[in-house]
Amino acid sequence: MSLFYQFVFYVFGLVAVVSACIFVTRKSPVAAALWLVNVMFSLSALYILLDAQFIGAIQVLVYAGAIMVVFLFVIMLLNLGQPGQLVDTRGVLPWLGSGGVAIVVLAAVLVRLPRIEAVDALQLPPETLEVATRAAGAVAPVATPLFTTYLLAFEVTSVLLLVAVVGAVVLGRRRGEMMGGGGHGRGELVGADEVLVHGR
Amino acid sequence: MLALTRGIMPTGLAALAGLQAVPLPGSPAAAAPTFDLHLPWQLLGALGPDLLLVVGAIGLMVWAAWRPESAGHQRRVGELSLWLVVATAAAVLAYAARHLTAEPGVIAVDAFRWAADLIFLVATFATIALSMDYNAREGITSGESHVLVLFATSGMMLLAAARDLMLVFLGIELMSIAVYVLAGLNRRSARSAEAALKYFLLGAFSTGFLLYGIALLYGATGSTTLTEIGDRIHQYGLGAAPLITVGLALLLVGFAFKVAAAPFHMWAPDVYEGAPTPITGYMAAAVKAAAFAAFIRIWVEAFPEVVYHWHNAIWFLAVLTMFVGNIVALVQRNIKRLLAYSSIAQAGYVLVAVVSGTTLGASAFLFYLAAYTLATMGAFAVVVALGDRGETNLDIDEYAGLWTTQPWLALAMSVCMLALLGFPVFGGLGFLAKWYMIQAALQAQYLGQPTPQVMLAVMIVLTSVISAGYYLRLVTIMFMRPRHPDRTTAALAVRPGALTESVVVVSVVLLLALGLVPAYLVNWSARSVPAITQRPVYVLPSAGSGTP
Repeated sequence: MSLFYQFVFYVFGLVAVVSACIFVTRKSPVAAALWLVNVMFSLSALYILLDAQFIGAIQVLVYAGAIMVVFLFVIMLLNLGQPGQLVDTRGVLPWLGSGGVAIVVLAAVLVRLPRIEAVDALQLPPETLEVATRAAGAVAPVATPLFTTYLLAFEVTSVLLLVAVVGAVVLGRRRGEMMGGGGHGRGELVGADEVLVHGR
Repeated sequence: MLALTRGIMPTGLAALAGLQAVPLPGSPAAAAPTFDLHLPWQLLGALGPDLLLVVGAIGLMVWAAWRPESAGHQRRVGELSLWLVVATAAAVLAYAARHLTAEPGVIAVDAFRWAADLIFLVATFATIALSMDYNAREGITSGESHVLVLFATSGMMLLAAARDLMLVFLGIELMSIAVYVLAGLNRRSARSAEAALKYFLLGAFSTGFLLYGIALLYGATGSTTLTEIGDRIHQYGLGAAPLITVGLALLLVGFAFKVAAAPFHMWAPDVYEGAPTPITGYMAAAVKAAAFAAFIRIWVEAFPEVVYHWHNAIWFLAVLTMFVGNIVALVQRNIKRLLAYSSIAQAGYVLVAVVSGTTLGASAFLFYLAAYTLATMGAFAVVVALGDRGETNLDIDEYAGLWTTQPWLALAMSVCMLALLGFPVFGGLGFLAKWYMIQAALQAQYLGQPTPQVMLAVMIVLTSVISAGYYLRLVTIMFMRPRHPDRTTAALAVRPGALTESVVVVSVVLLLALGLVPAYLVNWSARSVPAITQRPVYVLPSAGSGTP
C-alpha cells in the first residue's frame, strides 16, 4: 500500500467523519443536508480507492444526487421555520444513552474485527478483482451476477418499486375520498396540501 | 473497515465463478418434473402461481386507475380481485398436486410452500371480501386498496418460497410497504394515519436489523442462499464464528419485530387499533403467518447446526411473548387492542414450533396457522359486521347483550374466541392446534437427539389458562350481561353486508367442521414440511468428530 494511497485514504476518511459530526449537530435542516452531501462525496472517494469505480460513481449519482435532492425538496415543502425557532425536544438522557450504546458497539466492533479470521477456502485467490476488472471493466463484475445469479431478486425489486409508487399515489392523492363525502371537521387528515394550509 | 471490505468484495465475485457450471438451455432435465432454477424459463415455471398473482394484480391496478373513483368501481375491482385470488389458489393446488420439486436454488418448490400459500390466500380472500363492505361503509372509494392487498400477498408467497436471504428481504419489503399504505388507507381518521406512520417507521427500523444481519451472514459465509449457508457452516465449521453469532442475533431481532414477539411488540397494539379493521385482520393473520413461514424455513434450512446459538434466545422469546401478550390482554377494553394482544400471545405459541426445530414442529406450525387464521379472520369479520361508519362500537362493553340483538354473530364470535383459547369441541380446530403444538414441544430434537421441552409445554398450558380470562370474559359479556340502558340497540341491530356475513359463516363452519374431522388437515400439514437438503452428519460441537 503506497504512501500516496494511505494519505488520500486518511484525508477522505477524516473529511467524511468530520462532516458527519457537523451534519448531526446542525440545527438548520438545509445546512445539515448539505453536510450530508459532503459525507456522501467522501465515501464515494473511498470506494474509488478500493478500485470500485462503478460503485463510487453510483454513490455520487444516487446518494449525493437523487436522494439529497429529495431530502431538500421535503425540507422545503415541510416549511419547518427558521433554525432559531427549532427546539431540540430530546432530553440529555436519551441523547447520552443512545450515544453510549453506539460507542460501546463501535468499540466492540473495532476490538473484535481485526481478530476475525476469514476462512481461506471462502476467499477468492488474490488479485481476482483486479483480473476481472482488467478483463471486462468495472461495471461487468457488478452487472453479470445482477442479471444472472440475482436475476429473480432484480425483477422482484422492480415489483417492489411499482408497489411503492402505487402506495405513494394512493396516500398522497389530493382529495379523492372527499369528493362525495360531504363536509369535514377540523383535525381531520384530508390531503397533503390542506394539512399544510392548516399548519401555517 | 478496509479489512472487512476486502473480505467481502472477492466473495461477491464467487457468483461469477459459479456461472460456468450452469447447464445449457434445452438440456434433458427440462422434461423432468424437477425444476432447474438456474434456467430463467424453469425459474419462471417454478414461480407459476406467484406470477399469475403479480401479473393479474398489475392488470387490475391499471384498470383501477383507468376509471374515475366511485363506490361501484371499488366494488368491481374488489370482485375481480376475489376471482384472481381464487385463480391463484387453483394454480397453487394444481402445482401441489403434481408433486413438483426443484434442485436447491433461490426458491423452494415443496409442499411447505404450497401449504403456506393456501393459508395466505384464504386470509387474503377474507380480507378483500371484508374490505369491500368496509370501504363502502367508510366511504373509501379507491379500488387500489384491493390491488395493494394482492401485492402484499404476492410478497407473502415469495416469502414462503424464498430460499435466499435477499429474496426473503425483498418479500418482506414487498409485503410491508403495501401494508404500511393499507394501514393509512382511511384518510379521514387521524388514528389511521398515526398507525401507518408508526408501522412505517418501526418497520423500516426493524428492516435495518434484518439487512444488517443478512450482510454479516453473507460476510461470514460468502453466500445468501440458505442451503449454501448451511453447507458452508457445516463444511468449514463456522459455528463459532462471531459474524454468524451477531448476524443470527440481528436476524432474530428483525423477525421478532415483524411477528410482534415480546419485547419487540410495542408497535402492534397502536397499529392494529388504528388500521382499518379488515386490514387489522390481514396483519394479524396473513402478515404474521408469512413472516413466520420465512422465519421457520431460514432456521430449519440454514442454521440447524448452530442450534446452540439460537435455541435459548427463541425459547425465552416464546415464553416472554406468551406471558406478556396474555397478561396485558386481560386489561384491554377496546376489542381491536384486545385482539392485538391476543395475536401477540399467539405468536408466542407459534414460536414454540420454531424452538422444537423438527419437521413435526413445521407441520404443527402449519396446522396452528390454519386454525389461527380462520379464528382471527372470523373474529375480525364479526368486528367489521358490528362496526359502523367511523369505526364505532369498538369498546367491549358495546358487545353486552349481543345475544339478544344479533344471536348468530354472538355465537360466531364465541366460537372464534373459544378457538383462540383452544377450547375442546366448541372451539373446533383451536383445541387440536394447541394439542399439536404441545406435542411438537415434547418431541423436540436437537442435532438428532430428543430433548423434550417440558417447561415449554407447561408454559403453553399455563398461559392458555390466563388467556381464558379475556376470551371467556368477552363471551360472558355477549351472553350474560344485559345491555346498558343508556345505549341504544339500534346500532348493533344493523344487518351486516352479505360478504361480511359469508366470511363469518365460512370461517366458523370451517373451524367447527375441521375440528370434528381433523384427519384431513392433520395429514395435509404432516405432509407439508420443508424439503430440507439432508446434510451427511449432524454432530454436537463437543463431539468434534465429523467436522473436517
